[in-house]
Formats: sequence, C-alpha cells, structure tokens
Amino acid sequence: MTPSEGVGRGVESVLEMLESLLALGGMVLLRDSVEWEGRSLLKALIKKSALYGEQVHVLGCEVSEEEFREGFDSSINSRLVYHDLFRDPLNWSKTGEALPGGPLEALRALCGRTDPGPITVALDSLSWLLLHLPCTTLCQALHALSRQDPCPGKQVRVLGLLHEELHGPGPVRTLSSLAQAEVTLSGAMGQASAHILYRRPRQHPTHQTQWFSILPDFSLDLQGGPLLEPQPQPDPHTPPVDPTNHLTFNLRLSKKEREAKDSLALPFQFSSEKQQALLRPGPGQATSHIFYEPDTYDDLDQEDPDDDLDV
Amino acid sequence: MSRLLARKRSAGRSERCCSSSSSLSPGKLTLLCDAKTDGSFLMHHFLSFYLKANCKVCFVALIQSFSHYNIVGQKLGVSLTAARERRQLVFLEGLKSAVDIFFRPQEEPHPLQFLREANTRNLQPLYEFVREALKPTDEEEAAWRCPVLLVDDLSVLLSLGVGAVAVLDFIHYCRATVCWERKGNIVALVHDSGDAEDEENDILLNGLSHQSHLILRAEGLATGFCKDVHGQLKILWRRPSQPTAPRDRSLTYQYKIQDKSVSFFAKGMSPAVL
Repeated sequence: MTPSEGVGRGVESVLEMLESLLALGGMVLLRDSVEWEGRSLLKALIKKSALYGEQVHVLGCEVSEEEFREGFDSSINSRLVYHDLFRDPLNWSKTGEALPGGPLEALRALCGRTDPGPITVALDSLSWLLLHLPCTTLCQALHALSRQDPCPGKQVRVLGLLHEELHGPGPVRTLSSLAQAEVTLSGAMGQASAHILYRRPRQHPTHQTQWFSILPDFSLDLQGGPLLEPQPQPDPHTPPVDPTNHLTFNLRLSKKEREAKDSLALPFQFSSEKQQALLRPGPGQATSHIFYEPDTYDDLDQEDPDDDLDV
Repeated sequence: MSRLLARKRSAGRSERCCSSSSSLSPGKLTLLCDAKTDGSFLMHHFLSFYLKANCKVCFVALIQSFSHYNIVGQKLGVSLTAARERRQLVFLEGLKSAVDIFFRPQEEPHPLQFLREANTRNLQPLYEFVREALKPTDEEEAAWRCPVLLVDDLSVLLSLGVGAVAVLDFIHYCRATVCWERKGNIVALVHDSGDAEDEENDILLNGLSHQSHLILRAEGLATGFCKDVHGQLKILWRRPSQPTAPRDRSLTYQYKIQDKSVSFFAKGMSPAVL
C-alpha cells in the first residue's frame, strides 16, 4: 500500500473507529494499563459524543473536574456534566459537599433520569467503582443503565474505563460480558494500539486492531503501525553464486558407478550362497582352532549348572 | 578524548535527570518504586530537595527513625532538626508513635489509630493528621512554597493489616487535598516484591501507578550485584495535561550511589566500564 492509499483508508478508518464504537450503543469497555493509559481515548470518545449533540454525564472518581475538562473547548464543556466523586467520595469531610449516597446512588440516579434525549455516561473509572462496590451490585447497576430502551430518544450509551491490572479475571470478564464493544489498549515501539472486539447483536464477535495516536485536542489520528526497519534489498549487480561448484563430493553418479553400486552385496545380508560358503569351509579357507589349557582351579564339570533350576 | 566527552555527558545527565524528575510543577503525585533493590535513596533525595526548595513538608516516616533521616539529610545538606524547629517540617515518626499509641487513652484520636483497631476500616485519622499538618496558617502563608507530603513507605501499611483499597483511599484523599486543593506535591514509596502471590501489594502498586504523574522505578540489575553500577532507574511520565507521544514518556538510566550524591549515566556508560 502506498502512503497516499494508506492515508485515504486511514481517514475512513478514523470515522469508522470512533463512530462504530459509539454506534453500537450499550456499553463500551476501555481496558487500559499503567503503560498505555486510556483516559485520552475516553476523552476522545466523549468529544465525539458531544459533537453529535448529546449530553455527556461523567462520573469522575479519579481526577478533579478541572483536570478532566482540560483540553476540551467550551462547546464540548457546555455539554459535559461532571458528577464529582473525586473530592470527597467517602464523605470523610462531613461537610455535606459529597454526593449524597456515595458512588452507588450517583450511578443509580443516572439510571433514573427523566430528561429526554440520548445521553452518554462516562465512568472514570470502573476500576474505582469495582474496588468500592460489590461486583454484583455494580454489574446490576450497569446493566440497568445500558439496557437498550426501545424508545430511541432515551438511549443511554455507557463508556467505562477499566484498569486491567487491578482486578482478577472474574470481575474483568463479567464486565466484558456486559459490553457491546471492548477496546484493549496496548502498543509497541512507542506507538499505541487498540484491539477492538465488537459484539453486534445476532452476529459473530469481530476483531479489529488499530494503531493510533491522540492529538492535543482529543481527536484521533490513525497510524499504519509502528515504524519497522526497512528490509535490506539484495544488490542486483552481484551475480548469483552457484553452490555446486568446487564440491569435495559427488552429487551425481555415472552409469557405471550406479551399476557397480547396485550389484554390491551388503556385508550383513544373508543369502543362501553365503550360508553354504560358511558351512563348508573351502580348500583355501583356513579353519580356526581353539586351544584351551585349563587352570588348576577351573571347574571342568560338564553338567549344565542351570539343569536343576526346574524352570 | 571520547572518554572525557562521555564522562562529561554522563555528569551533565545526572544533574538533568534529577532536576527534570524533581520539577516543582504543582499538583503532582510521584511514585517511587523499588524492585530487588533499596530505593530509599530516592526518598532521601526528595526530602532534601523539597526542604532546600523552601516547601512546607509533612513526612510520614514509618520505616526509620528521625535520627536516621537526619544523618542522611545532613550528608545531603539539610538539617531536619532545624527544619522541624522552624516548623518547615512536620515529622510523624512511625516507630515511636506506634508504641505511644498503646499508652494513651483511647478517646484521643491518633494518626496511627488503625494499629489499635482489630478491624481496620480506613486511614481517615492519618489523613486528618496530614491535612492538619499542611493546613495553611496566616504567618506561614508567605514563608513557604507549596506543601509536600512524603510517605516512607506505603507497603508497610499492608503488613500492618491495612487493606490495599484503604491505602489507595488514603492517597486519594491526600491527592484531593494536597495536590488539587493546595497545589502541592506528594511523593510516596512502594516496594515491588515481585511476588506473584502478593495480590494486595500488586493492587496497591498498580492502583498508585494509575494515579501517579511520575513513576521512578529503581531496579537491581538483571545480571546481579555490581560494585560500580548499583541499579537501574526507569522514569515514566504519565497523565500529561496534553496527550503526548508515548515514545517521549519513558527513560532508563543506571546509577551508582555515592556518599553524598548519586551519579546517573546511560545504560552501559558507567565510567568504570568505559
């Protein structure tokens, strides 16, 4: 693929990747790690949702509101509602500033909202919720939140950020089974990649791997892949070397050599001629004799010692 | 000639390494981590760095005594005794306080309250202590720069019966107060045992890594102990305010700890082997 073709396909893929993630509805699970963080991709998805005209509710547990809103312009920030679970999530300050009921009530309140229009709910992060709430409670709340409402105006799209290393395989798989799309972030050689698993209804799950980078304004820039070392091309001017020159052994046999080889009797093949030759020593053959002189303490009993074994 | 140039480069790099990673940009959580080696030299560095930079420091020292840190601090050019007297340094000496707690009436709150409780729920008393220690007072407002919290170390809290989530919540609240509200910095040390079965420590280390802006990881050399190269330092910048290219985010240096300083050099560029 030439670079220009790559760019052409890249532009389509940019639209496809974010749009297809958002078009499925339901829950999109972003799985990140310490080395490949996922908050930038979460913010890129939030920006895309906001550009569609949707209201975005963010349940912010890990970063402050200022830090989360950083990098968004005013049009996106106006569509962003930040539910602050960062300042006092466990109500230690007892000043009444904390969200009443804590994280669970905040989540349930989003389920029970009555304002019209499709909304996007971003959970930053699902890991924080999973560490503070029982897994079953959280899954039930998520299921209630992302359940596809037949009324198109009340659709809720859920974006959840999960830090993979913090949880065992059980909770991760449980959350993954609730998601319609799952994005696992990794990378190589300084380039980030997203491995996307789509679970479209009534279809087989499909996989896609996309290399990308996120620009300072949280738009996505697709890459072809990590820069590989160019393969060294062979020099066209050097003639190919014939390896069969100057060998120390024969690769082929002449006709006479082949006949001699075929007629050769192998030393350990027992034919009838050989048998006769062995049984009847010829005149030219020397027979061998064995000369035995017994020592004084040799036992010359001719009886077979094994006779009385009764076997 | 090339050897001289290499030495100059490596010397310059050691200063840059220290200064870039110890920058005073406010509101940052720096995580110190050590694996198969002793990373406490980093904690001593940050303690002397922030005291010299005229910051108000709250040091939760659970591992060593005050005199230990004082002796090392004097080699690095700071006097902890003097800093404590002029109220620049608030020092919680865990080793001494842990004994005191059993001889006090139970009603009085104590930062290490969790040692007395059979079922440790959270570290709220310790957080209240930190918040009180770094609370701005009028006469101090002009005297000191940003507040700093140092914790040495967090892994020992797990050994004392505190759950990993409770320690994460403690750091979360410290971040909200010290980093966000007061625009200060936090430096915390965690040990990486490398033990696959220590799930609590893994949750603590990974959870803190996700919250951190800067991770300094001191590792022993894979080939074993060496007289001239004491270990390797991996620096990982996370959570930049603007997304940056991942390839700009990490660096690795090797180091040698000397009596009064630490010298850093690129991998394989130790003066001893050049």
